[in-house]
Amino acid sequence: MTTTPVLEAIDETQETQGKQPLNVIYEWLTTVDHKKIGLMYIVYALIFLVIGGFEAILMRIQLAIPNNHFVSPQVFNQLFTMHGTTMVFFMGMPILFGMGNYLVPLMIGARDMAFPRLNAFSFWISAFAGLLLYFSYIGGSGLYAAGSAPDVGWFAYAPLTSKVFSPGHSTDYWTLAVFLSGIGSIGTALNIVTTILCMRCKGMKMSRMPLLPWLYLVMSCLVFVAVSPLTAAQVMLTLDRYLGAHFFDTQAGGSAILWMHFFWIFGHPEVYVLVLPAFAFANEIIPVFSRKAMFGYPAMVAASVSIGFISLSVWAHHMFTAGLGPAGNTFFVFATMVISVPTGIKIFNWLATIWGGKIIFAVPMMFMIGFLFQFLIAGLTGIMLSAAPFDWQLSASYFVVAHFHYVLVGAIVFSLFSAFYYWYPKVTGKMMSETLGKWHFWLFLIGFHLTFDFMHVPGILGMPRRIYTYEAGRGWDTLNFIIGIGAIFQAAGTLVLVYNMIHSYYKGKDAGHDPWDAWTLEWSVPSPPPSYNFAIEPTVNSRRPLWDIKHPEDPDSDYES
Amino acid sequence: MPAWILRGAAFSLSLVAGTAFAQTPTNVFDPAGTPARSTFGLSMLVLSITLVIFLIVAGLLLYALIRFRHRPTDSNREPAQIYGSNQIELSWTVIPILIVVTLFLTTTRVILGTQAIPKPASAMDVTVIGHQFWWEYRYPKSGVVTANELHVPISDPASPTPTYLTMSSADVSHSFWVPRLAGKMDLIPNRVNTMWIDPEATGLYLGQCAQYCGTQHAKMLLRVYAQSPQEFAAWIEQQNKPAQQEFPGNPAATEGQAVFMKNACINCHTVKGTVATGRFGPDLTHLASRDTIASGPIQNTPENLKKWVEDPNTMKPGSLMPAMHLNDHDLDVITAYLSQLH
Repeated sequence: MTTTPVLEAIDETQETQGKQPLNVIYEWLTTVDHKKIGLMYIVYALIFLVIGGFEAILMRIQLAIPNNHFVSPQVFNQLFTMHGTTMVFFMGMPILFGMGNYLVPLMIGARDMAFPRLNAFSFWISAFAGLLLYFSYIGGSGLYAAGSAPDVGWFAYAPLTSKVFSPGHSTDYWTLAVFLSGIGSIGTALNIVTTILCMRCKGMKMSRMPLLPWLYLVMSCLVFVAVSPLTAAQVMLTLDRYLGAHFFDTQAGGSAILWMHFFWIFGHPEVYVLVLPAFAFANEIIPVFSRKAMFGYPAMVAASVSIGFISLSVWAHHMFTAGLGPAGNTFFVFATMVISVPTGIKIFNWLATIWGGKIIFAVPMMFMIGFLFQFLIAGLTGIMLSAAPFDWQLSASYFVVAHFHYVLVGAIVFSLFSAFYYWYPKVTGKMMSETLGKWHFWLFLIGFHLTFDFMHVPGILGMPRRIYTYEAGRGWDTLNFIIGIGAIFQAAGTLVLVYNMIHSYYKGKDAGHDPWDAWTLEWSVPSPPPSYNFAIEPTVNSRRPLWDIKHPEDPDSDYES
Repeated sequence: MPAWILRGAAFSLSLVAGTAFAQTPTNVFDPAGTPARSTFGLSMLVLSITLVIFLIVAGLLLYALIRFRHRPTDSNREPAQIYGSNQIELSWTVIPILIVVTLFLTTTRVILGTQAIPKPASAMDVTVIGHQFWWEYRYPKSGVVTANELHVPISDPASPTPTYLTMSSADVSHSFWVPRLAGKMDLIPNRVNTMWIDPEATGLYLGQCAQYCGTQHAKMLLRVYAQSPQEFAAWIEQQNKPAQQEFPGNPAATEGQAVFMKNACINCHTVKGTVATGRFGPDLTHLASRDTIASGPIQNTPENLKKWVEDPNTMKPGSLMPAMHLNDHDLDVITAYLSQLH
């Protein structure tokens, strides 16, 4: 095979080689390289994953038996507030931004993000926001009294957040942390959109762009329209608390419903902000391990864009029990049900991609299979909840908790784990251990199903969420005990992953450029990629440039419309 | 797939299904009134449609994974590359749209049947006010005010007497949820929401607050007593009387009354016919006629009442009633007094 420009890269030695440790730290602190920033996002998010998971374990221990006194109600309320806030703002968003930061420029053949310094700023302000949130544990009244950690729920409904009902500073920590993380998110989203629109390599028309950058484009646009109202709401809440404004302060005539609208205008698109990157990983990984091109690329793009638009009109399905009236309810039932159509198209296209392939059951693909089944169930329970009367019964119950953990863990976290195993060789130059990976997969899969399958049932049996204890005799006891055991399995699986990542970094097999025999541009550069990514900016003629090089007799470009 | 996985799955499925349809006091799938029953019907429809979709899609996925797995004997050639098919993609767009339209129309019918039907003249009204962390019930026609235990007449489907709940909140948002009677409805400050229930059989229906409302959200329980029309009328009549004022032959209760009226109790509690007219806490006029205290979690016995008055936070941490720091004697006589408020 003749060498083509696309496979060439700067073969420079690692810049950090032979440097003093202090210089290495300095270099990471001051870096504007998209790959290093991406990695810092991922490491910081993994730390918060472990913290947020630990909080979940404490809650499951408390709820494992009825009338338990493991933690006090005050501590429990702080735990679920911190768990939700951490997992959404300081685990989910940063880890997905980190993956995007690392992958988007590589996959579109660019040398860096459009605004490298803005990129560094966005990371550091998000990291600071996370530290600020956890500083609340020691910022208030001492460690075990659990300081003044927020206890108003991650949704922070008015008027529980007003000065009257939430004196002290716990709510302020929450407000400021979310506000700052919002600034970071908007910065990163701006950067991703600009990078994708302006920095694609030669020949990469939008219609030839891999699906991962496409989905990051839609996700970043959603961040603008979703996070901005949330940021505005944080400002309004702070004005209420400190300058006597009356937006949400019901004691002075403010509106609790107004906060719900602001929050869910953010909160529902946020679900798609988190899940679109998960789809993005699936779109890259499933074809490679099925050895087939993505089925229906234009349909996948169209479905993603329409999910982006429809997701903006479904927020009030979180408010079916707030008394919207029949007309309002009916509209939001319709909007919510409609979103299942493009989502269904995605599942069917993945199925069609697998169909007729040669499926390789490596660890990334195993996690993707988990993703497919679990996302299917998550979508179907979502359809159930979109039927408003069903939602009147089961909203704010454990059924909803089970449903959205199916989305957030069953779909997003499984997809993320898959992405870790898939791109780890690119990032480190080492393969991750398949044996440990399988341990991780099975522990986590069993734990996931023990926890979240069984969690649907106490919801049907009338168990509300956010309660720190319950009486025996409602039929909830056995189920909660099983759920607790599942949580411990999941924690064990996650620890195997962390161990695998560290172990493989030192002891793993060398990966080479392209260990999975994949087709997108990031696999054309050395592992790990040099700081400027591409020695010569690549030129592409199709959606799968490496396929064309590997199969010159049957290039992709012949088939693309 | 190993057999143990299938067996395990079958076992969990039967466990899940078994408990979901079991007779427990708050089971959504065990409706006892019209709104809950029409929701149950819709739920079963939605469940069966989604179950069919699940079986088809999951079956196809499973088949594809087994049929198209890479075998060691396979050749090294890549499989045929298929880029898409307009007909297939159109079909899996149109069929889901048809399913969505069906579901939407059915759902709309249930919404309108629950939220947009006129209120019958025979309906009874109750005003529900949510408090941190208890419920206040007011019967506007008879003037009865009570707390935490809602009494309603049963509703005969032939001549329905549903109870219309007009709901608001005194502080933060709460949510009224008695799963066997109806879906939940939020109580939001500065806003009036309504819902209705029509229990068909006498008995006690349990539920609890479903909207996170602060420290003791977990112990803001709901008890609805559905009574025959005669029993209900008798209950209203008894609740309408002012509180007992004289306690002949019970000097402890008489002394307890005096202690109660001299302490801060009266700032928060009402005892009808006395100087106690506070509205922050539950109305105590007929406290002894209730089965529970502290909004459900504690049986109403003299011992529990005494412990409660001594320091509510040991029984219900986060309760807004302060410890009154009474001495043992005062505690005893106050308990004696409260136990007489039938």
